[in-house]
Amino acid sequence: MTVKPVKIRGRLKGVIANIKCLMPHPMETGTRRDDAGELIPAHYIRTVTCLHNDSEVMTAHWGPSVSKDPYFSFKIKTASVGDSIKVSWVDNLGETSSGDIVLK
Amino acid sequence: MKTNFSRRWFVKGLAAVAVIASFPGAAFARATGAFKADKTDSVVNVLFGDLPIEASSQITFRLPDIAENGAVVPATVATEIEDVTQIAIVIDENPNPLSAVFDIGESSVADVSTRIKVGKSSVARAYVKSRGRVFMTIREVKVTIGGCGG
Repeated sequence: MTVKPVKIRGRLKGVIANIKCLMPHPMETGTRRDDAGELIPAHYIRTVTCLHNDSEVMTAHWGPSVSKDPYFSFKIKTASVGDSIKVSWVDNLGETSSGDIVLK
Repeated sequence: MKTNFSRRWFVKGLAAVAVIASFPGAAFARATGAFKADKTDSVVNVLFGDLPIEASSQITFRLPDIAENGAVVPATVATEIEDVTQIAIVIDENPNPLSAVFDIGESSVADVSTRIKVGKSSVARAYVKSRGRVFMTIREVKVTIGGCGG
């Protein structure tokens, strides 16, 4: 399976930046069975790290009960035009992906 | 060259330790299996230890009253409480009640949204940790189609 990048949208409202992310990922719980009745192994994002100008502003720790293709939004208190935002994740199989944008 | 190499690894190791130490709360949650706990009580015990849980009306916990599709339930937790360091979302009836823990940095607002799976109708709880106190608010969500059975 190819790992897809994180899609990010950022919107400045005054100094507050509203960041929305979409992370294509199966988020398998490990309790579902396929058509043959075999358990589908767990595969889910565990940690999401959000960087604002390379400093960590938010970390999300997830279990398998976050929905497939997770959506995540958060806000940064003091941001301005030209600031960089980077969001990356690591899943339980050690796979990783990220995405970044520049606020405008 | 060889000594250089090992020194670099040593420095990397130090950096890794520093990263873990800077977010003790949730690293602790992961290490001790808060996500593996199968009862809300044990989740809370692992996350917050002996801290008393205070009901609060200052937490905005947006969740649909009725979720048509339990596999995708939008959830938002926001609060006016100051100095929030952690937000957690717990769904009582899920096999593992803890859905998500967010470490809120100093420069981010205590306002997060995501989408979660809710297996069946359940009590949902949002916890907010600030200055060594833990606040909670409760919502109920009814699910018409399950989110975990597939």
